[in-house]
Amino acid sequence: MEIILIFVSAIFVNNVVLSQFLGICPFLGVSKKVGTAVGMTAAVTFVIAIATLVTFLLQKYVLVPLELEFLQTVSFILVIASLVQMVEIIIKKISPSLYQALGIFLPLITTNCVVLGVAIQVVSNEYDFGFAAGARMLGLGEAMLFAIATAIGYGLALILFAGIREQLELSNVPKAFKGVPIALLTAGIMALAFMGFSGMV
Amino acid sequence: MATKSTFGNMVLVLAGICLVCSALLGTVYAVTKAPIEASNLAKVNAAIAAVTPAFDNVPSEDVQKVDGGEIYTSRMGDEVVGYAVKVSTTGFGGTLTIMVGFAPDGTIYNTSVISHSETPGLGAKIVDENCAPRAQVKGKNPATADLSVSKDGGEIDAITASTITSRAFLKAVNAAYEVFKNNCANTDGHEQE
Amino acid sequence: MSKNSKFQLIVDGIVKNNPTFVLVLGMCPTLGTTTSAINGLGMGLATMIVLILSNITISAIAKLIPDKVRIPCYIVVIASFVTIVQLLLQAYVPVLYDSLGIFLPLIVVNCIILGRAEAFANKNSVGDSALDGIGIGLGFTIALTAVGLVREILGSGSAFGWKFVEGDGMLAFVLAPGAFIVLAYLMVIFRKVTKQA
Repeated sequence: MEIILIFVSAIFVNNVVLSQFLGICPFLGVSKKVGTAVGMTAAVTFVIAIATLVTFLLQKYVLVPLELEFLQTVSFILVIASLVQMVEIIIKKISPSLYQALGIFLPLITTNCVVLGVAIQVVSNEYDFGFAAGARMLGLGEAMLFAIATAIGYGLALILFAGIREQLELSNVPKAFKGVPIALLTAGIMALAFMGFSGMV
Repeated sequence: MATKSTFGNMVLVLAGICLVCSALLGTVYAVTKAPIEASNLAKVNAAIAAVTPAFDNVPSEDVQKVDGGEIYTSRMGDEVVGYAVKVSTTGFGGTLTIMVGFAPDGTIYNTSVISHSETPGLGAKIVDENCAPRAQVKGKNPATADLSVSKDGGEIDAITASTITSRAFLKAVNAAYEVFKNNCANTDGHEQE
Repeated sequence: MSKNSKFQLIVDGIVKNNPTFVLVLGMCPTLGTTTSAINGLGMGLATMIVLILSNITISAIAKLIPDKVRIPCYIVVIASFVTIVQLLLQAYVPVLYDSLGIFLPLIVVNCIILGRAEAFANKNSVGDSALDGIGIGLGFTIALTAVGLVREILGSGSAFGWKFVEGDGMLAFVLAPGAFIVLAYLMVIFRKVTKQA
């Protein structure tokens, strides 16, 4: 039951892009075609999952016991940068066509606020998904689920958005609004729609 | 031209930069440690002062971390005048953390909202001391009063159009009372060890 | 370079290369911290400080860094400055620290800072990099404050904390949808006024 709550909450109620404003830059840049959006989601999900795993362990077994919490930002971002570098090398070896398709967006995952944002949230905030004891810090398993659910929420917003933008390309948009402004307005309306999910959890 | 990208150079430079940065960070951390702790303590003590009767100890130093929350004890001299219990629950938009001040017999002296993510203009009204739920739980004793919203059959009015936040708030108040009951005074005001 | 072009560097950062309205960088904090004019201003200034410091540092050590490892090096430098700003704010201006929340550590991945390091600081002198940092930082701060001000006026009925309306405003504007919409319109206005659209 709690697992369902974690998923619903992360994907719909607190959607990482439309409620929390994380991952906007690639959101506006990658969402022009549905195909690219799907590829990006897959890559981001993978990175978020592993990054959360490593940073969670790093925080719990290194930073906290040694009282080095102030190195959290630096160490987390180094972990993420190295992970993305590794993922790049692996994808290049396993599937050169996927590597080509993702292009520059792969290294850009490093600067995607979603990854760092989720990593920090998971070790900082207390969550109450209906656990008997009330709100508390997440365990490793729950953290992983939360991270993956967040990535799915990101993908959902990304793919929906790409679909709308593909349609907008064919429409008659006033010159001053072309490009980013109309995309932002679309996102705003989507955000309004997603607000309807609040109160579900 | 830039230094050549040999493996040795790369490792050396990256390691060097990490070392220098860590040293710099360590220094700033050492310098700011005391002010940061002081400001955190000030926040906690201010919250406790708002929810328990007048005291002359430093409650932030008299804290018990238990399953479900934290308990701060306020004393005047040797006598315990109140217990401030900090609990968290899920509100409408995120975690809702409150502090409830109990007199030794379990009566609620006051409440304070430490942090919340509720909707501005609606659930966020919970930070106002005079909003219905907070004004009405004051002076009530959870042992004898039903602290839930009137929609659920209780005695407390919810904030208009913010039933979920009000419910969450009362859920937290009742959770605080559980913590209090399991760890603090008996009804005759003596401390339980 | 003549004094005019030094000044031009700053002006460019505000107008021609405005990170928010023209380059479309740093969107996350733009949408997330502009619930009020003061929050937007605070975030803009914090980012500007990190930008200036990082531009200066990276410009100074650019020649020492091997090309293949430059991105991780830049990131460590940027992350360190962000942490320093975090610690200083937490110690001396806790109210701002609390209201900026998670967006403070996220300055690290603010594309503006890494972007300027790559596009400008590692190819120009320390002095010019500092000026570029000031210009872009000011452009960002002005944009953030503007968005924050509009959202605050429409959404809370106040400006810089001074309420001029009884009760609440149109709440949608201090929430997610309002952020996107206000930014969209301000971007259009900016582009028209500076004749870039």
